[in-house]
Amino acid sequence: MSRKEWPLWEVFIRGQHGLNHRHVGSLHAPDAEMAIHHARDVYTRRKEGVSIWVVKSNDITASSPSEKGPLFDPAETKAYRHPTFFDIPDEVGHM
Amino acid sequence: MNKTTEQDVSNPVEDAFVADAALAPAFFAWLCRMGDNALILGHRVSEWCGHAPALEEDIAMANTALDLIGHTQMWLGLAGEVEDKGRDADALAYLRDALQFRNLLLCELPNGDMGLTLMRQFLFDARHHLMLEWLTRSASPRVAEIAAKAVKEASYHLERSSDLVVRLGDGTEESHRRMQAAVEQLWPYVDEMFVTDAVDDAMAAAEIAPRPCDLRKEWDETVRSVFAEATLDVPGAVGFAQTGGNLGRHTEHLGYILAEMQFLQRAYPGASW
Repeated sequence: MSRKEWPLWEVFIRGQHGLNHRHVGSLHAPDAEMAIHHARDVYTRRKEGVSIWVVKSNDITASSPSEKGPLFDPAETKAYRHPTFFDIPDEVGHM
Repeated sequence: MNKTTEQDVSNPVEDAFVADAALAPAFFAWLCRMGDNALILGHRVSEWCGHAPALEEDIAMANTALDLIGHTQMWLGLAGEVEDKGRDADALAYLRDALQFRNLLLCELPNGDMGLTLMRQFLFDARHHLMLEWLTRSASPRVAEIAAKAVKEASYHLERSSDLVVRLGDGTEESHRRMQAAVEQLWPYVDEMFVTDAVDDAMAAAEIAPRPCDLRKEWDETVRSVFAEATLDVPGAVGFAQTGGNLGRHTEHLGYILAEMQFLQRAYPGASW
């Protein structure tokens, strides 16, 4: 017997206004609207969010782990790309 | 949920109705109806926990059940205060027998398949939401306060159950067949939701609660529009409506629910953890 599974969705939740949506996990649902409902039920039971995004896992293009070297290694020796050479006035606070 | 309830009990808003001895018998009976509906349906829905067809639905059902049990604590807690015989929500939930329960028969019917469970939920939610919306404007501040909390959850329940009724009604041939069968099976229990008796008249006279029969028209409209979208037929009037739950005359199913729900308190009185 073949069992038809619902597609997989990735869930992103905005914790409070002004923060980014963050990836919190994934779930199965037949369509986007139900994925939002499921995300509400599974991931916001403790008032974790003010906004939900869902996206089909299939629609995400990911970098391949085998390409890790060429993609990321060149940045390794370029400490000057970190903005650590500026003096930040105390009033600015955390950046 | 526990925390909020405790805070409210320690610092309740002023409400002259709570200590009104003349009103107490009707007010207590009415509060038991509200609390028992939530308790018995909540217990029924919780039976799906660990058995629903998908993990996501399982959690959604458990959330609904927990919301309803939360409502129970508030309604039966207030019922105990109105009765003023030292019974709290736990005593009312765990130490009454079937004849003292005042829930609608619809709430105690067995779950059947998911289609029946969701149809039962939708028929109940449509009425529950109307009732709670009215109650947020109740003349009794305590009732209005409970309703204001409960209506937020009930509106999500209704959104969820009506959405699923549409999806399954207008789904596959098999899901449509099951949903239509669920309607036919549950329809004889619909009229009871709008039965209006002396208790309701007393509540309406005090402007604490609406007469259930006055909610029927709007309920019909909701159900008709959802059924139309779900391609489900609305059955005609039933020849014999099943009633009696709010007077304590129940189906044989309630005893089994209570046996399971009350076993621990009955076998180990006062047990806590």
